[in-house]
Amino acid sequence: MQTLFLQGPSVTLRAIILIIASIGLMTLDHRWGQMENVRNTLSYVLYPLQYTIDLPIRMYHWTDETISTHQTLLDENRKLEDLNLQNKVRLQKLDILERENFRLRELLHATPKTGEEILIAEIINVDVDPYRQLIVINKGSNDNVYISQPIIDAHGVMGQTVHVNTSSSTAMLITDASHAMPVQIDRTGLRAVAFGTGKIDQLDLRHIPHNADIREGDTLITSGLGGRFPANYPVAVVTHIERSPDEAFVTVRAEPLALLDRSREVLLVWHNQPQIIPKTNDEP
Amino acid sequence: MNPNTRIGVLTIIAAYMLAMMPLPDWAQAFRPDWVTLVLIYWTMALPDNIGVTVAWFAGLMLDVTHGALLGQHALGLVLVIYVIHAQHQRLRVASLLQQALVILFLLLIKQALVLWVSGIMGHAPDSWLYFMPSVTSAIFWPWVYIILRDLRRKFAYKTHF
Repeated sequence: MQTLFLQGPSVTLRAIILIIASIGLMTLDHRWGQMENVRNTLSYVLYPLQYTIDLPIRMYHWTDETISTHQTLLDENRKLEDLNLQNKVRLQKLDILERENFRLRELLHATPKTGEEILIAEIINVDVDPYRQLIVINKGSNDNVYISQPIIDAHGVMGQTVHVNTSSSTAMLITDASHAMPVQIDRTGLRAVAFGTGKIDQLDLRHIPHNADIREGDTLITSGLGGRFPANYPVAVVTHIERSPDEAFVTVRAEPLALLDRSREVLLVWHNQPQIIPKTNDEP
Repeated sequence: MNPNTRIGVLTIIAAYMLAMMPLPDWAQAFRPDWVTLVLIYWTMALPDNIGVTVAWFAGLMLDVTHGALLGQHALGLVLVIYVIHAQHQRLRVASLLQQALVILFLLLIKQALVLWVSGIMGHAPDSWLYFMPSVTSAIFWPWVYIILRDLRRKFAYKTHF
């Protein structure tokens, strides 16, 4: 309706109030992180949209599976069974090692290692921001996902959750320009911090002294320092080292092991769970 | 629901879906700012119903889709819609090319504001391609305008523009 007289505050006043409100919101969100409830409420509206966008891709995968031939399925099944057998054999050894480790820790009166729990989540295929490395996954606080929870895939660490909504969460990949994580070189135990660069295939290790023992091909694993990521998960492989005498530190670049832009399923990890005492069935 | 409101809400939902639609990596940097374009159209068409308040909420939604700070896009969008709202009578009679130029200018300012906040947060993109969405938005504006106008004329009663 066209009204002859303006009602309520004038447009200019409203615009000024809203601009001040925006600045206030940004400050609150950045400094205190109080805005998760607002974000959650807005995501109720957005989640159906995100789900709808993802639907064609879901349908494609579904049809791909449904119309694939009997022979393909059989071949795939056989391959997976072989893989399963190999993994089971490896797991047997691992079980024995874990039990031994537990007993030795008990003998030393060391603190027991914490257990871990995992949950599979699917990536919702929506574009977030071309200049940031963020993904949306289909698990949220309904599944007890928490903020800054580690996310891994079959090959290595992928990132951590930054916003958790009721049935979806946003996660930041380890290559995001504002991400940094404590790592350790598998071979020597040298500790470092891996900074994201904004490029999907590159991490930077900063502040590594010239005399540090680091080589191309070294594997970086999580060190568990900082308490966010569980220790000993593979993160990246060192691809490039440049020792230039005029620089104070070595330039070290690494490539993430996780398939950051190709995984469709990711694993959410709950660490710091109370250790489940391994069952020993060979006790006298 | 008022048919104007219905078609307005539907086009804005479509704009959000276009904004989140997966694109190939090379095309992501060129994605037009669909939500802002659609809001600009509705502000020009129905300035009594759509204004800075709607723009602010739309901006907050954009912040959630972008995983940005709450208020980052809302701030820019309020400024853009404020100018469009104040000048809607002049813009209506301007040619599509002139409208596109105004939109290019306003969107560059909006993007600069968003960039400024990202810079304070410490993750500003370092490529000039960052400003590409403003350019592609201005290029797409004539089509957005014509499509939305035809939709509105087809489905809505009030056709004063």
